[in-house]
Amino acid sequence: MTGICKAYPGVVALDNVDLEVRAGEVHILLGENGAGKSTLMKILSGAIARDAGAIEVDGQRAEINGPRAAHDRGVRAIYQELTLVPYLSAAENIFLGREPRLFPGVIDRRRMLSQTRDALTRLGLQVDPEKAVRELGIAQQQMVEVAKALDDRARVLIMDEPTSALSDREIEELFATIQRLTAGGTAVIYISHRLEEVKRIGHRVTVLRDGRRIATREVADVSIPEMIRLMANRELAEHFPKRRVPPGEELLRVEHLRRRGVLEDISLSVHRGEVVGVAGLLGAGRTELARAIMGADPRDGGRIFINGAAAEVHHPGDAIRQGVGFLPEDRKTQGLVQGLCVRDNISLPSLSRLARAGIVQGARERQVAGGFVKDLRIKTPGVEQIVAQLSGGNQQKVVLAKWLAANADVLIMDEPTRGIDVGAKVEIYELMNGLTARGAGILMISSELPEILGMSDRILVMRLGRIVAAFDRAEATQERILQAALGHAA
Amino acid sequence: MTTAFGRRQLGTILGLVGLCVLLTILTPHFLTISNLLNVTQQTTINAIIAVGMTFVILSGGIDLSVGSIVALAGVVLGSALQAGLPIPAAIALSLAMGAVCGAVNGLLITRGGLPPFIATLGMMSIARGLALMYTDGRPISGVDAAFRSLSTSSPLMIPAPVILMIVIYIAAHFVLTRTTFGRYVYAIGGNEEATRLSGVRVAFHKTMVYVLAGVTSAIAAVTLTARLNSAQPIAGMMYELDAIAATVIGGTSLLGGSGTVSGTLVGALIMGVLRNGLNLLGISSFLQQVVIGAVIIAAVLVDSILTRRRK
Repeated sequence: MTGICKAYPGVVALDNVDLEVRAGEVHILLGENGAGKSTLMKILSGAIARDAGAIEVDGQRAEINGPRAAHDRGVRAIYQELTLVPYLSAAENIFLGREPRLFPGVIDRRRMLSQTRDALTRLGLQVDPEKAVRELGIAQQQMVEVAKALDDRARVLIMDEPTSALSDREIEELFATIQRLTAGGTAVIYISHRLEEVKRIGHRVTVLRDGRRIATREVADVSIPEMIRLMANRELAEHFPKRRVPPGEELLRVEHLRRRGVLEDISLSVHRGEVVGVAGLLGAGRTELARAIMGADPRDGGRIFINGAAAEVHHPGDAIRQGVGFLPEDRKTQGLVQGLCVRDNISLPSLSRLARAGIVQGARERQVAGGFVKDLRIKTPGVEQIVAQLSGGNQQKVVLAKWLAANADVLIMDEPTRGIDVGAKVEIYELMNGLTARGAGILMISSELPEILGMSDRILVMRLGRIVAAFDRAEATQERILQAALGHAA
Repeated sequence: MTTAFGRRQLGTILGLVGLCVLLTILTPHFLTISNLLNVTQQTTINAIIAVGMTFVILSGGIDLSVGSIVALAGVVLGSALQAGLPIPAAIALSLAMGAVCGAVNGLLITRGGLPPFIATLGMMSIARGLALMYTDGRPISGVDAAFRSLSTSSPLMIPAPVILMIVIYIAAHFVLTRTTFGRYVYAIGGNEEATRLSGVRVAFHKTMVYVLAGVTSAIAAVTLTARLNSAQPIAGMMYELDAIAATVIGGTSLLGGSGTVSGTLVGALIMGVLRNGLNLLGISSFLQQVVIGAVIIAAVLVDSILTRRRK
């Protein structure tokens, strides 16, 4: 792949990236969340279109303009979420869409089973081809996925975090399969955050950062700390208008919060005037933490104190009544009712207070909504505009207005600037400053390290459902945060 | 909810007017005062049930049990009247029956996690079975002369059931546009998760929507029993389909979150006028079913083509 570029409105996802993968090697792609690994692989497998650049397979220019074309060129991909049909057997899944026929329309079951057995043996897999896939373990399902992906014409296999759901023994099985594949001349592109794995099975590694290729090295020549340095060493190009406020009394305290298999013994606090940043890799449990505090998901243990008093939070309504607001990571599916207008969305959490005997006081509601539209400079033709027609930045401001209208003192913001253009980002940061200056406290989850470093007063790092490190603003660096998030705290 | 919706509403009204103009040209019997009164009166039952259905569909659900609830609430009413209960008490009992059926639907959906289709399909069979068991399959006839006047009296020259229907539509419009409950119904249908994360008690409000559908079905049962002067356990067969058709023709999205009761009223009138017109034209009842089915499909098809083009 040479000169690959891809831009989304407001962000450059890939900037002139080159990647060369040799037959028979395991090529590791490294980078933090949003570095561009997944985008690059989606371009290679034809799931999304590139803006510029060229792809060659076996020395020949390959015009990959869709999944079908990628498949024809021998590119196969296995994603984190498996794509098997749970009620069909392993054999039926492997041959889905290309079943051997006895005559048109009738499947040759015997041939399908024997070919499946052959394929599984070739890969050294022990899977019962007649068993329904949902009865197999995750590792075995992944093997089926591998067998499905690999036919005679497979040249390149992309694996995106394949070990995230596997036990140690299953990982060994997977590695053995990968070694057998590369010995046969297949190239494997492997995305992982587990750096020990990278050292064990990788031949070469390419590090991406902010959509650019930083380096390609022989795995044997780079140490793990060096890999982290390559991933982390970003320039703080963006300007953060952070204004610090001396922290006041405690607004929110969480003690020993637990949710089985998701969150383990989480304790934290947020004070007036403070922004507490929560960093971590995807799947570290950050969003789950926010949802557990809000009462949106059940908890298995732990206590929550709001304004110094023990709070019973069983439902988001309980948290909201006590002054907690939540900006979810996905505005479209969780933050807003897209088909309703700006006014209806802003007033949703506080509607009962804008009503008398269940009847909404229309004039007051319009006045409140109009006030926030003006204060937050939400660009909309009017409060009756459907929110789906606003830009991302303005939609996020509407979500913020919801919680301001509900008098929230503590705001939990999950990826507050995701998918927002640079100008609107700075506006959101300014609004955060305004909030803390007025004595509110903010718990900010973000995958963008510069944002975490730029806007937080204190920083917590999560990994595998736990808080593994805490830093003051002064002592935090990208490298230290990333080390903790990857489990390599010095 | 303003322009796009206004345009859709205008389309439905134009459809109704066009249909009336066509029938006026085709038959001299259509545009007479007695026939128009007749059409309106025949529309009331479906129109009243369709109010509850509109709330349910707006919230993103569906209720297949409304027809059976009409039968069950009707036989409860009939037997209460025969037992000599005062009319208001008998009506209250019937409405309570509708509310209970609706509450069971709602709880099965919100607490039991059943899809609305399944919960109300089950209730459709249960309520019908109970009505048949209770009456041993026979109608309860000759209820009460005073009660009949609910159907036959015409204060202000308008039949009482029509007045009842108009009052219900005004109330429903008010609830949907002016109250917190109405707002939550739109919000839940538009995005249940975002609504829940905004602190709205989604389960409670969804349950209330089904209670409301049960109550409007019972109100329809009261009107029907008064008109027929008898309560029948086989009443209300397939009423759910007419109510869904009126709602959908009226522009309410089956996905929830968008629609109006005024649209539903026009939808119910279109259904009523169409039936009446086909009768006046002497078209066989078999062919009528075909025509009505085609109209329902055409109305929604036009809608879906227009929305796709806008995108």
